[in-house]
Amino acid sequence: MNDALDVAVRLVVVFVVFLVLPLVVGQTEHKVMAHMQGRLGPMYAGGFHGWAQLVADGVKFAQKEDVVPAAADRRIFQLAPAVALLPYLLVLVAVPIGPSEGAVGQVVDAGIFFVLAVMGVGVLGSLMAGWASANKFSLLGGLRTAAQLLAYELPMLLAAASVAMAAGTVSLPGILNAFHWWWLPWQIVGALVFFVAGLAELQRPPFDMPVADSEIIFGAYTEYTGLRFALFLLAEYAGIVVLCGLTTVLFLGGWHGPWGADGLGWVWTLLKTAVLAFVVIWLRVSYPRLREDQLQKLAWTTLIPLALAQIALTGIVKVAIS
Amino acid sequence: MPEPTVRQMPVLAADYFHSYAVVGLLAVVGVLFVAVAFGAGRLLRPVVPTPEKLLTYECGVDPVGEGWAHTQVRYYVYAFLYVIFAVDSIFLFPWATVFAAPGYGATTLVEMFIFLGFLAVGLLYAWKKGVLEWT
Repeated sequence: MNDALDVAVRLVVVFVVFLVLPLVVGQTEHKVMAHMQGRLGPMYAGGFHGWAQLVADGVKFAQKEDVVPAAADRRIFQLAPAVALLPYLLVLVAVPIGPSEGAVGQVVDAGIFFVLAVMGVGVLGSLMAGWASANKFSLLGGLRTAAQLLAYELPMLLAAASVAMAAGTVSLPGILNAFHWWWLPWQIVGALVFFVAGLAELQRPPFDMPVADSEIIFGAYTEYTGLRFALFLLAEYAGIVVLCGLTTVLFLGGWHGPWGADGLGWVWTLLKTAVLAFVVIWLRVSYPRLREDQLQKLAWTTLIPLALAQIALTGIVKVAIS
Repeated sequence: MPEPTVRQMPVLAADYFHSYAVVGLLAVVGVLFVAVAFGAGRLLRPVVPTPEKLLTYECGVDPVGEGWAHTQVRYYVYAFLYVIFAVDSIFLFPWATVFAAPGYGATTLVEMFIFLGFLAVGLLYAWKKGVLEWT
């Protein structure tokens, strides 16, 4: 009975985190972008600096009519937002935030493998949406998504493999237990590759070619309205949380910090994740969109060679010190 | 002086299935969430379809021709490359957990460079062939 209760509490916590953190990131994006552009951003909803703006948005989305175009592939069209969203929920359960037994949803021993595999599923949602919409722009967006996935999944895998080599395990808590501060400079190239490739998989600016609004309207999501559209948006922000959390755990030492790693380790994890999320927003404000061929070129001629070099470096250093 | 590598206790089959059972339960929670959200949405929202609304939106102008248009899939070579490289890279993970274990050291390192060499030569070949250029 106790076990069942324990599992239930863990599931509830993971689920609540999954619903709350993406909204926090979204609201931060509203405000940070606004201030970077010399605006105020939302100021009215909820009273204090528009804190309830996304809640209001959610209420609006839930009331909007759900239009499925007559020409669309109905079932696939309706299912796509769920396929895009749920993988990020499953990834969150494996991300450890603190050193103790209770600070991770569930230890999955093939951790890296599991999270990368499940994260890859999320992109299928965009592909389904792009194909099922029966809309030329959505189809183009879907195809661009596919091309982007093909290009950026590989550097991500290779960079993660480098960390697995350094730690000698693929379990996420195991990696953090093996972490030393000098891993930071040692794995820095891998970290950059992983983070950039992750951004590209989430189709965040400057890698938002698949939803490029000035040329293909909104890519695969053009035909969506109301709740289903909201789920796609939620998936994007949940993706940011997951990517920043994973980068923190794999490359930035998760709960390790200059002090207080035992009791307050989770604060470090959250802090590092928040800083990375801020960087994600910052990049959106700073960089223009990459053209499709530039996107592919960056992945195949820059990130993959860098990731291979990182693996070579990791291998040499690891054998040298052991 | 070989440093003792971190060894994990042998994982019992029961533990193994326990962890994935929890993941499965979470998946059920997620599916329920989506189902409840869509169900509640159906109760909350208006349903007033008109032929104009059900027309494909595209860019706001009435669509011309079929939505599932012919497109040129320019990146099929990338797709091949990706499949080849990704399948190769998967094998890195089991190897990564043991390559520095006592008794392997230099041998596995040489093996790693042979492996990386194959990948690099493949990539260089593709590059030379010009398939890494989109246009």
